[in-house]
Amino acid sequence: MLTGLSVSWGIFILIVLLGAGNGLSNGVRSNFNSRATNSVQLWSGRSSMPYHGLMANRTLDFSDRQVKDIDEQLREPEKKSGIIDKQSTVTYGTEYGNYSLRGVDPTYKDIFNLKFDPDGGRFINKNDLKDHSKVVVIDKKIKEVLFKKEPALGKYVKIGSVMFRIIGINSKKEQYGNPTCYIPFTTAQLIYNPNQKFGSIAMTVNGLDSKAENDSFNKKLIGVMSRSLYFDPKDEQAIYIRNAQRDYLQTMKIFRGITLFVFIIGIFTLIAGIVGVSNIMLVSVKERTREIGIRKAIGAPPGSILRSIIIESILITGIFGYLGMVLGIGLTELVNYIMVQTAAHSTSENDMTIFMNPTVSLTYVFISTFILIISGIIAGYMPARRAVRIKPIEAMREE
Amino acid sequence: MITLRDVNKTYYTEATSLHVLKGIDLHIEQGDYVSIMGASGSGKSTLLNILGILDNYDTGDYYLNNKLIKDLSETQAAAYRNEMIGFVFQSFNLINFKNAMENVALPLYYKNISRKKRNAIALEYLDRMGLKDWAYHLPNEMSGGQKQRVAIARAIISQPKILLADEPTGALDSQTTEEVMQLLGELNQTGITTIIVTHEKAVADETRKVIHIKDGLIQNIQHN
Ligand SMILES: Nc1ncnc2c1ncn2[C@@H]1O[C@H](COP(=O)(O)OP(=O)(O)OP(=O)(O)O)[C@@H](O)[C@H]1O
Ligand SMILES: [Mg+2]
Repeated sequence: MLTGLSVSWGIFILIVLLGAGNGLSNGVRSNFNSRATNSVQLWSGRSSMPYHGLMANRTLDFSDRQVKDIDEQLREPEKKSGIIDKQSTVTYGTEYGNYSLRGVDPTYKDIFNLKFDPDGGRFINKNDLKDHSKVVVIDKKIKEVLFKKEPALGKYVKIGSVMFRIIGINSKKEQYGNPTCYIPFTTAQLIYNPNQKFGSIAMTVNGLDSKAENDSFNKKLIGVMSRSLYFDPKDEQAIYIRNAQRDYLQTMKIFRGITLFVFIIGIFTLIAGIVGVSNIMLVSVKERTREIGIRKAIGAPPGSILRSIIIESILITGIFGYLGMVLGIGLTELVNYIMVQTAAHSTSENDMTIFMNPTVSLTYVFISTFILIISGIIAGYMPARRAVRIKPIEAMREE
Repeated sequence: MITLRDVNKTYYTEATSLHVLKGIDLHIEQGDYVSIMGASGSGKSTLLNILGILDNYDTGDYYLNNKLIKDLSETQAAAYRNEMIGFVFQSFNLINFKNAMENVALPLYYKNISRKKRNAIALEYLDRMGLKDWAYHLPNEMSGGQKQRVAIARAIISQPKILLADEPTGALDSQTTEEVMQLLGELNQTGITTIIVTHEKAVADETRKVIHIKDGLIQNIQHN
């Protein structure tokens, strides 16, 4: 009977490891949420190669022209936003701090997955853009520093020397970097950017499902930019592209590797279990030799003997397997419960999540059941063959 | 019903081979009541097992009910055993964790008859054997004679054409032997071909023909 527990152990390990794998994968995935997984951001740099008679070492900057070129020459980008990046002092009453200041389009919210609580106001909209409104969306952290417990929506803060009205509070916690104030792109151009140049463009892209597709998109994007800003497309310093989808796909590939590895360990444990159950069944067949002989003498067809042994094997495997499954699921759910509890009490805002929701889905239960039935059949097959080969006269001679 | 032509059987063990049946020619009519006698090791059980398709023979022909019984698949052999042949053994060969009724009903299980129906039929047969009150007893709660009657009920429940009994009274006292022989005689009266292997002259005397086997050959057939 103890050998049967290795089936439980195999399924238990399988479930727990799969749960851990899922937890890791969910955790990392949630880190990718700092931007939409299909987002691409590019930064302009400095040319390092001469190009068409132009000298190297030119500073490259984006203007509206590049946003328009992307719009006209590439199919994949959907939402786009130029980004003007500054640093500025933000003051409310006697409180102040130095924060990052970004001039962005309304689409920025979706590209970077900003979050607004029900009482958190709204993000910048088209009218703000059109009217060059002096409105600002601030990160929750800034709100907590400048306003403490006081409500901030509708209040005015001084950014540099200009007053802005707060229209929204972004409650998504950023994992790194300085807290940020977001103002309409047009307003930023007007007040802080007399030369109309800016350093970054972000966008979401559609229909890029593989690393290859993303690589080829990156290449096309560089091509468009090289013609628009006049730099050698081979110039690696000219612009820098961060393609979240490409990184995401690559990370997921690593996780598929981990999951596969986990599966293989579980499968090997399971094989040990199958051998165990097979031995149980062999002993059982040996003990029942006489009975099987009698049944055959009475006219039991070989198929019925085979069937009864294999069904018994499936039952034994199933019982032990489900024991392991219940314990495994129990453990993953327990760990998840503890994690949810501690997360609820956590005060630290900046912790990176590398482990999240380490549970297994119902699909795995079905897959495990399927695996168990197959295992039962495999475990029972050899003993069943032996039972079928039992010769009635010899079996009945035994006392 | 049964025809054997020059049937040979040799047992092979690691070192030696033993030619047990050396050319058996035999004909048994439907409804016959036959006993087989001979010294220990003369091949009586071997012959009976071949007749019952529990063992195969090397050369010759065996026709059962005009069908050549040769090179059958396991499944075919099982089907013939189930439909045509009833077996009774010296050591009863009941399944010890099943009660009398379940033991008797077992052949019907392999005919895919429902549990309810086969148990009802089994009770009927146990009643015929005078064992109605023992239906729910396990074999080890019964006497030798009772066990053998349960075994006989099991052998005939699927209404076979022939009943083969290998020393059915070998483990019974003379009183019980008489009872069992009476039962087998009555069954033969209903038309079932009956072949009994025995050492006891009293048992052989109750049958119509006695086949004497010596050194793997039929020595003579004595008509009572
Ligand atoms: N499976 C086997 N392998 C080898 N030899 C066997 C086998 N079965 C029987 N024998 C041998 O064949 C011979 C005939 O055996 P069988 O059982 O037919 O004799 P029998 O006439 O029934 O004897 P008994 O009266 O003792 O029951 C014996 O010598 C026996 O040892
Ligand atoms: Mg014998």
